[in-house]
Amino acid sequence: MKRVILSVIGTVAGVVALLSFKTEGQVANIGGLPSAGLARASSGPGVTASGSPTDASRSAAGASRSAAGPTSSSSSAPVSGGSPTIAFTGAAEQTRYGVVQVKITVTGKTITNVAFVRLEAFDDHSARINSEAAPILLHETLTAQSAHIDSVSGASYTSQGYLESLQSALDAAGLQ
Amino acid sequence: MISPTDVQLPLRRVEHCMGTAFSFDIRSPGVSPQSFAAVQAWLHWVDNTFSTYRPDSQIIRLADGSITLDQCAPEVREVLDRCTALEAETAGYFSARAAGALDPSGLVKGWAIEQASRMLVERGSSNHCVNGGGDVQCVGRPEAGAQWRIGIAHPLRPSQLAGVAVGSHLAVATSGTAERGSHIVDPHTGAAPTALASVTIVGRDLATTDAYATAAFAMGTRAREWVETLDGFSALIVHADGTEWATHDGDDAATTDGERPRVLR
Repeated sequence: MKRVILSVIGTVAGVVALLSFKTEGQVANIGGLPSAGLARASSGPGVTASGSPTDASRSAAGASRSAAGPTSSSSSAPVSGGSPTIAFTGAAEQTRYGVVQVKITVTGKTITNVAFVRLEAFDDHSARINSEAAPILLHETLTAQSAHIDSVSGASYTSQGYLESLQSALDAAGLQ
Repeated sequence: MISPTDVQLPLRRVEHCMGTAFSFDIRSPGVSPQSFAAVQAWLHWVDNTFSTYRPDSQIIRLADGSITLDQCAPEVREVLDRCTALEAETAGYFSARAAGALDPSGLVKGWAIEQASRMLVERGSSNHCVNGGGDVQCVGRPEAGAQWRIGIAHPLRPSQLAGVAVGSHLAVATSGTAERGSHIVDPHTGAAPTALASVTIVGRDLATTDAYATAAFAMGTRAREWVETLDGFSALIVHADGTEWATHDGDDAATTDGERPRVLR
């Protein structure tokens, strides 16, 4: 079971890794699927999963309600302070257990929400797998800013810049 | 000795050294500026003495025969003796001669950070976290009732974490294909290992933890078997195909021996 969950996580995490936060556009806001709102405060884990995946995963793998490829969306009402809220939706990914599509919301430079736009399954077995995988996936998708960590070990060439900026942000947050 | 006139300050500071960044997060009670300067000086001294990129470093001159071990600082012998012991502990997968020439780099950075942490403790800091280019040594607590939480970067998925290491007296070291400034080879074959994307070892003291991470990465698919024999260490392995495996999988519920460093996934 764990290997199955990991493969779902791996696939969707791969989709999420392709997302960028630089563009603006229009997309419909799709609710009713599990999402993780992130607390803005720096203390506490800041992750709350909401909604139930079971209804969505019982829906047929039929016509998609959103674009098949990656899209980005416009800002909704900006949060106080003027930072625009921008959502970016990843490509719909076909997995062994159904179609998965993820949307990330960014306010300013902070990820404020990670949500499933589509989480469909082809049978009851897959529906159970999705309902187990979704909370674990959201936990893994979230980055250091929400995992309430003090520092980061390890780095890759492609993420070195990210880790450096993350580490410098952690350092800057504590500068006297 | 802390004199009554020393000012003890918590601080967060970055020191650039050894081609990487050393990030200090010193919580209350903090250290004096003089104490912190001594730690900074230590790191630069280690760099000057052990760097294989400096043609005039003691390690380079020792390797090419210009000087003898007796002519080196005693720390050089200490490091090389430690490398010899580690070679035995890791069935030869950690070696100061992995690629032929004398090169203890797989131990030096972690060892230098561990010593820096000991210096801070001697100077009154009982709660701090030092991160040198991704190798981390923590002591004490970030705040009352909490344990240090060190994220482990996923080697294949930028901006994501593969896990979180949690502990009080905690060391975290990651070796992998993406590691900067170091090209790990399997001492038995001379070739670069390809089976794993990264190995993270979690323990108490960084020198050993760092060397074990280097050795485990060189072991490739045999790393799993070896790390399970280690007492007091946890490991997180990410294979080149993206699959993951960890020892001592923990969950968020408190464990009775909550002070033991562990990895959460």
